[in-house]
Amino acid sequence: MAQFDPDRFRDPALAAGLVARIARLAGRPAALMEVCGTHTMAIAQHGIRGLIPASITLLSGPGCPVCVTALADIDRMIAIASLDGVITATFGDMVRVPGSAGSLGRAKAGGADVRTVYSPLDALAIAAANPGRQVVFAGVGFETTAPTIAATVLEAERDGLGNFSVYPAFKLVPPALEAVLSGAGAAVDGLLLPGHVSAIIGTGPYRFIAERYRTPCAIAGFEPLDILEAIALLLEQRESGRTGIANEYRRGVPEAGNPEALRLLDRVFQPVDAVWRAVGALPRSGLGFREPYAAFDASRKFPVTVVPAPEPEGCRCGQVMMGLARPDQCGHFGTSCTPSRPVGPCMVSSEGACAAWYKYGVAA
Amino acid sequence: MAQQGEIVTLAHGSGGRLSHELIERVFRRRFDNEWLRQGDDSAEFRIQHSECRMAFTTDSYTVKPLFFPGGDIGRLAVCGTVNDLAMKGARPLLLSAGFIIEEGFPLADLDQAAGSMAAAAAEAGVSIATGDTKVVDRGACDGLFINTSGIGVIPDGVDISGANARPGDAVIVSGTLGDHSVAVMNARHGFGLSGDLASDVAPLADLVRAMLGAGGVRVLRDPTRGGLATTLNEIAGQSRVSITVEEPRLPVRPQVRGACEMLGLDPLYCANEGKLVAVADPGAAGALLAAMRGRRDGRDAAVIGTVGTGAGVALRTALGAHRPLLMLEGEALPRIC
Repeated sequence: MAQFDPDRFRDPALAAGLVARIARLAGRPAALMEVCGTHTMAIAQHGIRGLIPASITLLSGPGCPVCVTALADIDRMIAIASLDGVITATFGDMVRVPGSAGSLGRAKAGGADVRTVYSPLDALAIAAANPGRQVVFAGVGFETTAPTIAATVLEAERDGLGNFSVYPAFKLVPPALEAVLSGAGAAVDGLLLPGHVSAIIGTGPYRFIAERYRTPCAIAGFEPLDILEAIALLLEQRESGRTGIANEYRRGVPEAGNPEALRLLDRVFQPVDAVWRAVGALPRSGLGFREPYAAFDASRKFPVTVVPAPEPEGCRCGQVMMGLARPDQCGHFGTSCTPSRPVGPCMVSSEGACAAWYKYGVAA
Repeated sequence: MAQQGEIVTLAHGSGGRLSHELIERVFRRRFDNEWLRQGDDSAEFRIQHSECRMAFTTDSYTVKPLFFPGGDIGRLAVCGTVNDLAMKGARPLLLSAGFIIEEGFPLADLDQAAGSMAAAAAEAGVSIATGDTKVVDRGACDGLFINTSGIGVIPDGVDISGANARPGDAVIVSGTLGDHSVAVMNARHGFGLSGDLASDVAPLADLVRAMLGAGGVRVLRDPTRGGLATTLNEIAGQSRVSITVEEPRLPVRPQVRGACEMLGLDPLYCANEGKLVAVADPGAAGALLAAMRGRRDGRDAAVIGTVGTGAGVALRTALGAHRPLLMLEGEALPRIC
């Protein structure tokens, strides 16, 4: 395979052409929601807002896996991490996300054994190397991440690693989009759909959006030209009234997604009702273990109880994630809430809207 | 003042804003003096009854793994301190080396690290004149920690400081960005990224000497932890100026850029161990750049931006958008999906 050359997707002349195409379609104001946290970051990093007409508003959606993890789930992961003999393995982002009191990082500084890994297979290696201890993987992520973790669980089963388990806090993107469109989120004129998630699930699971809600949709890659073209496609759908799922990211997203990954996912996990942080419970919006794999479910293995806690006072992460507020409309933003001392999860994650606005100095 | 219950976290060691805060809140408050207040990589002091100006600095080194493509902890420990001296324009003279060794550490590894130190010292023209060894219980340190201190002489007429940048000046980097961070992360986590990813760790004293010979240099800084973005913010703050960087001019090797994109890292915030940032008189920048490019350790040198009035650092992206370029906040963490 030829090496990917990002410069092809950052060509100033092509960008200018797309910007002109967008400008022609931007007579009426439009609110477009980018669902994926990686899009949120890319838009801020490349200064896309400064290139397109002011009549186009880009809103962030519920697409940052760390951000949407329920407070109670974080508190439970911290409680499990603090048990004797437990090693918690987690992706880096989760370490700093504040629970109701502290974070995994704080628990680590206080003596808990919390290790950052870059692949769930690393967690499996830790389990193999520490047979006398329990290794718990913090299972956070969307359809992109969950198949790898399903594969890891199958490998743990094959290797007989009974000391490995996963705390399942996975989320599914389409149910969250349904929640946004059915009134829990901002009114949007188009959805910029996530490239990575779509590479797994394909285009089918989004069809209800075009059919039932008649909202323009475009699956987009993560380079500046990808995003500009997807914006143009969304505005063109609005203009023509013919809504569908445009696939701008054909180099990464086949129509059927990744059947092998979906098979793995379905073998180990099943859809369950799940609580989204600061949003609430959404039906069949998460993934839980299927019964044959219950032994790998850390939430059953370590039945800790945590006291239900309210969201941090004044934190507007929930509204930010549903497109109902801009990060800079939160009273904490940039003052009492910064990436060094985050109040809410959107300021922590490298995919969080508040972190993107702060890091790249986005101004409304 | 520290509040009850506050603890030190890894983010305090990232080289970004929290590291600065920790230094201000604890060390500057406790140790405050005229040398510390200079705020540069080395403290400049004068020997009594003499015109001779000296530079003095110290740094501690921990890295996982201890040996990585392009270098190891020993080479890092010599180069880092040599470079901190060089960033004052000083000619490095002598280093000290303190070793904290974990019980059970293989002697062959220690010998290999010491061999790298000797080789790097020879390369940089310094001698390791004094040292100390402590062995601690298993688990009390992670294999091997090294501290080095260094002293050097600042040649007559050389005045290099982070406070010297002036509006109109050119901003130069000596080579490609992000190589060290990406090579070490790849080695640490076994990402299995192919392509030649190697640390750039190298002594910069000779390059600096050549640059001082060409003339026009006002500021030198090595963009280690916190990366170029953090270093430029430090310079802008110290000199009370603004800096604008042109993204397309930033030298980043394609394999490093690819690795960063995959991991969700930004090369502007990645550590470098063999690169420097210079701010120079715009009239002298051409000759300076030519002098740098004529050398192996400066062949990718490039003018990346300019100094202006006002405050802060801005980036002009490849597509022509402007955005602020802020100091590193907390740790740079790869993304999940």
